[in-house]
Amino acid sequence: MAGTGEEAARPSPSMRRRQVREAAIQAVITLVALTGIAAVVLIFVFVAREALPIFTSPEVGKETDLARMFLPQAWRAGRPAFFSWQPVSDVPKYSMVPLFVGTLKVTAVAMLVSVPVGVAAALFTSEFAPRRLREVLKPTIELLAGIPSVVLGFFALIVLATVLQDTFGFTSRLNAVVAGIALALTVVPVIFTVSEDALTAVPRSYREASLALGATRWETAFKVVLPAAAPGVLAAVVLGFGRSIGETMIVLMASGNAAMTTFSFGDSVRTLPATIAAEMGEVVFGGAHYAVLFFIGVELFLFTFVLNTLAAAFVKRVVRRMAGTA
Amino acid sequence: MTSIPHPAASAAKMETRRLEIRYGAKAAVKDVSLTLPDRQVTALIGPSGCGKSTFLRALNRMNDLIPGSSASGEILLDGRSIYAGHLDAVELRRRVGMVFQKSNPFPKSIFENVAYGLRIGGLSDRRELGERIERSLRSAALWDEVKDRLAESAMGLSGGQQQRLCIARALAVEPEVLLMDEPASALDPIATAKIEDLIHELKVRYTIAIVTHNMQQAARVSDQTAFFYMGELVEVGPTEQIFTTPRQQRTEDYVTGKFG
Amino acid sequence: MSVASRKAVGAGLTLLTGAAAALVVAMLAVILVDVVRGGAGRVSWEFLTSAPEEGMTAGGIFPAIYGTAVMTLLMTVAVMPVGVLTAVYLHEYAPPRSRMAALVRVAVTNLAGVPSIVFGLFGLGFFIQFAGGALDRALSPPGELHYGRPALLWAALTLAVLTLPVVIVATEEALRAVPREHRDASLALGATRSQTLARVVLPQALPGILTGAILAVARGAGEVAPILFTGVAYFLPELPGSVWSQFMHLGYHVYVLATQSPDVEATRPLLYATVFVLLALTFALNLVAIAIRTRTRRKAAAGH
Repeated sequence: MAGTGEEAARPSPSMRRRQVREAAIQAVITLVALTGIAAVVLIFVFVAREALPIFTSPEVGKETDLARMFLPQAWRAGRPAFFSWQPVSDVPKYSMVPLFVGTLKVTAVAMLVSVPVGVAAALFTSEFAPRRLREVLKPTIELLAGIPSVVLGFFALIVLATVLQDTFGFTSRLNAVVAGIALALTVVPVIFTVSEDALTAVPRSYREASLALGATRWETAFKVVLPAAAPGVLAAVVLGFGRSIGETMIVLMASGNAAMTTFSFGDSVRTLPATIAAEMGEVVFGGAHYAVLFFIGVELFLFTFVLNTLAAAFVKRVVRRMAGTA
Repeated sequence: MTSIPHPAASAAKMETRRLEIRYGAKAAVKDVSLTLPDRQVTALIGPSGCGKSTFLRALNRMNDLIPGSSASGEILLDGRSIYAGHLDAVELRRRVGMVFQKSNPFPKSIFENVAYGLRIGGLSDRRELGERIERSLRSAALWDEVKDRLAESAMGLSGGQQQRLCIARALAVEPEVLLMDEPASALDPIATAKIEDLIHELKVRYTIAIVTHNMQQAARVSDQTAFFYMGELVEVGPTEQIFTTPRQQRTEDYVTGKFG
Repeated sequence: MSVASRKAVGAGLTLLTGAAAALVVAMLAVILVDVVRGGAGRVSWEFLTSAPEEGMTAGGIFPAIYGTAVMTLLMTVAVMPVGVLTAVYLHEYAPPRSRMAALVRVAVTNLAGVPSIVFGLFGLGFFIQFAGGALDRALSPPGELHYGRPALLWAALTLAVLTLPVVIVATEEALRAVPREHRDASLALGATRSQTLARVVLPQALPGILTGAILAVARGAGEVAPILFTGVAYFLPELPGSVWSQFMHLGYHVYVLATQSPDVEATRPLLYATVFVLLALTFALNLVAIAIRTRTRRKAAAGH
């Protein structure tokens, strides 16, 4: 029949061609998939590269260094040391502390509003709402996430600020509370979506077991479902936190942008991202101010990287927990 | 009078020698040596999880797609190893076709479903496609039911029709061997009977291996029956003999319904 | 606790959590109503098709619409192939427990969390300074900058990196919804992996991939922070002539009108109308995406 074993075992040319083609396609797809990894690495490398002169350039070193960015400075002999962000001045001052304080103040307000609201709304949607309502609620709240942040910033600036000032009588119209509440509008959908996913991932058997033991629906929701989904809810909060630290346009428009180190929430504040956005347009390329703004970028990248990693670890725990019982 | 086929007299189309298939550390098929005689129907029977489906899927290397699976021993097609260099999985599957337990037509038209294997093989001539499709649909006893609606979606067919479409789709590429993994398990008795009739007709041209849970079905359609238990081939022989005078106690217990 | 008090607590909690959900929906409604009331009446054909006049206190927003559209189109062209192929790698090609696939997933999750302003810095540092700088050194006369400055292309590429996770996540979900049996059927007929992908898997995943594209467009059209330093301009007398030109953008236009207008009262109607257009655009896109997704999810659920 066919030839000798030696000869017959050789692949035909068409088969060989096909295999080469398949291997090439696979190689291209695998190569393209590396883009995601490359993007993250390149973002860090190229943002850090522009911040590097702070540590390497004597020119930039004259204006600032790590100590002057993080420790209180006595800018005039005999005066008490303090923190100051004042990049455009005879003696430029690049203290990160007012920006950190501003960011934390705004974020605190945002989280104070969005964690209870987001988690409660998720609980309601997954545990209490009738099916019909749930199917409307979820996409509606997801729609909130689709509003561009510049529109939320506009809303905070034009409408919310006025309403809040009339209600609480703030001295500065734009302040940490206005920015924080506006920020909550972008954080709520994040917390809601991730928590809701975690809650719905709890197997029905948990709920049935609890209900069968005579527990009511709310007891089941709070004592069985919520604890089971707790790491997922925590992940939601962490992601929301990361989102609110990094949000730019809303705070740029609604926070007043004064870099003050005070603890009053009624004062104007300036956050890390807003500082980059507001000042990058006026800096000298390669100068100290330019490098410091990129340094802020590195900080933001690292903060959110840590928060994301944390959130991913929590999510993994939920997945494992649910998989163990399914 | 029709003559009773003699499996032993027929040439081996496919053959396994000491075949072992593992999923990770667990052996799903152990030391199975079995011959599929040319143009005969071999039924693979046994309780769930006995390895008969795994064995079947090894014959056209569909198991390769399952992560962690590995095979040792030999699988021969026309006397040559299917792992030798002259074949690869793609080539092998064109020669050894498969029909699955759950009918799985593509969400395309009836025509395009049957044309699929031909098109990926490089055939695009509309007239030739049409002829081959008609021939395949006729072979699968489906032509008369669908000839007026070839352009309609295959998803609109009944369960039995869908399964016959899948058979037609497999036949269109003109394989030499047809593997059927419980092809009628999801069908009603009338549709099942149609599939069984079809198997009778197909064996004139094709070598067929069929996995089935249904003992009567095995008895009705096959020439040779192999009984699997816990991954091992317990007994193989002419179907009549397996069902009337099995040599092994476990085979007898199974075919008489004492377990399974 | 007695049965009655347990019931009361239950009703109270349902009410409380329900109120939270209602609050979110109400905020959404308030924003929409405010924008529609303030802006819808001002939007006219002329507004949509003419350029700003008199220091942005009159005229329309056509250059901003045009810039947004062209930039988003460029972004989509850049992000779709990369996003879809990455998802294909993750779901179709990566071996199980692949280290590389795990790493890609971690990278994509982190990419999704990087603040948008950092993308802006990245665009400036990588595309403009590094890539553009290199192009200038190679192609431009000494001392001139043709490529190492803000441009439509750099902004689009920056946003393509930002929207990459959106496309990957949506495509992977779509691939997951394609039944395993269809892949098996194709392979059993002697199709190769790439034939199965091109002829069976991708056609079925198309609605989901489209959803990803729409979501990416909606996201890309609304983001302002990443384009601040990479290509957007405050005002341009002419439409961008090439991908190396700067461009006007709806979102940035909103920012400028809201914060840097010399005459707040005069620009307010224009501001509202611009916000209305931007919001209508992103909302329409999101609604379409949600509609497709709900339909395909339901179909996937019915198929299992």
